[in-house]
Amino acid sequence: MSFFEKMFALDRRWVYLTLGVAVVIALLTHFTIEVPITKEARSIYNFVDALKPGETIHLAIDYDPSVLGELHPMTYAVLRQCFAKDIKVVITALHQFGPAMVAGVIDSAVTLHEKLTGVKKKSGQDFVFLGYKPYPVLIILGMGQNYRIPFPRDYYGVPLDSLPMMANIRNYTDTKGVINISGTSATDWWITYGNGRYGVPLAIGVTGVMATDYYPYLQTHQIFGILGGLKGAAEYEELVKTPGPAVEGMRVQIVAHTVIILFIIIGNIGFFAVRRAKSREHLSGSG
Amino acid sequence: MSAKTTHWIIFAIVAVLVAVSAVLAGPTVTTAAFLTLCILSFLYQDNPYYKIAEHLMVGVSAGYWVVLLYYSTFQDKVIDSLESGHWWYLMPLVLGILMWTRLIKKWVWVSRYPLALYIGVSAGVAIPVEMKAKVIEQLYGSIDLVTQMHTGGGSTLLTINNILILIGVITSLVYFFFSKEHTGATGFFAKIGIAVLMVGFGASFGFTVMARVSLLIQRFQFLLFDWLHVPRA
Repeated sequence: MSFFEKMFALDRRWVYLTLGVAVVIALLTHFTIEVPITKEARSIYNFVDALKPGETIHLAIDYDPSVLGELHPMTYAVLRQCFAKDIKVVITALHQFGPAMVAGVIDSAVTLHEKLTGVKKKSGQDFVFLGYKPYPVLIILGMGQNYRIPFPRDYYGVPLDSLPMMANIRNYTDTKGVINISGTSATDWWITYGNGRYGVPLAIGVTGVMATDYYPYLQTHQIFGILGGLKGAAEYEELVKTPGPAVEGMRVQIVAHTVIILFIIIGNIGFFAVRRAKSREHLSGSG
Repeated sequence: MSAKTTHWIIFAIVAVLVAVSAVLAGPTVTTAAFLTLCILSFLYQDNPYYKIAEHLMVGVSAGYWVVLLYYSTFQDKVIDSLESGHWWYLMPLVLGILMWTRLIKKWVWVSRYPLALYIGVSAGVAIPVEMKAKVIEQLYGSIDLVTQMHTGGGSTLLTINNILILIGVITSLVYFFFSKEHTGATGFFAKIGIAVLMVGFGASFGFTVMARVSLLIQRFQFLLFDWLHVPRA
């Protein structure tokens, strides 16, 4: 059996092991890479950056812990930028396994901001976390009329009318736009119902798997920006000048992708080598 | 040594390691790390540890959702509303209860009324906006490309980009046009359409690989830095 035949018949567990070892080595080795900023990531940053202190945006965090590796860095980076610029944030979590996780993210972002600036952001004054309600389409439509219809109380059980931040916020028209960070089809619903029905300016941060599906909406201006997977998260971390797990992850991505590409090349060479050997055997057999 | 004895030895080693980790790293991080390793063990082969983690996830998810639904919907939309004297919330409550008649064979027909209402309302709400957001806007977007080129707006690069998108849209549509045999000019454009679709699938696959590797990286970041406290490079 030739080398390429052996590689072609390689047990996939060796591929997993090699990839795992490559990821660990890359994580434990220090080297830097450049993360080029795309136009679609910069437009989200510029949108938030152009807001005045005291203005409000809606941050729709619609994912569960299974994709936090890609989407948590985006959420942290956007929250960090909003808190630093004193922008008020209405937060929802329309994935059923999201609310407790999102509450944790908010707590961490508040703690980090306090550590960096000494200012503690307060629920009800600087941000409002509305939590979860089932049937995202109905919730998105309901919030378009009045946040109080689907969410009479916030996640912590406080009536919305008693929160100072919500005094002048009735629906999307009282916010400057929505940033949807999602690992589900909630993004479709935000495009269709949030932007399509109510015309709210919308930007999205999605998992890598989903990213290509949403580029057509960028061209039609139904969304004004897109962060795709870990790359998008790393771009945003660079934009807010606090490189974190996403930038670190991009270093590892390069190593992991190189390993995968090598395996693809070897596998393909093996495939053609085996096919050629078989056709030769066939010809010599028939001759 | 029998297979059963080997399994018990492995179980004992895992139990000791988990206990040591729980003392050193804390029970929460240890639980997360243990379950992560259980799931990753499936890459080697199916095993009882993977099954434990998988069943635990399904069970916890179902339990969590039931409690969440009760407190996030039933409590404030039904109980609180009725207590506040908003008697009209009885209507959706009754409709909701009628849905459960599907479980009684004799009364299945009753569930069709709330279902009919739900489908009717959903279709009425969805069709116009779905059509607008996913068809009409995309059509406008494609026409806009021609307008941009006609008016000479944008750079040369943008014009080339617009031409490529336009060719991609038209040839992909030709590929899905099955009323005419794919021969001659139709076949030629359909082949370009296939190439365009392949480029699209390739981009999706590339992003998918990146996404899956990202999840792996995040888990290793957790295992190395949060669980084992290895210093960051």
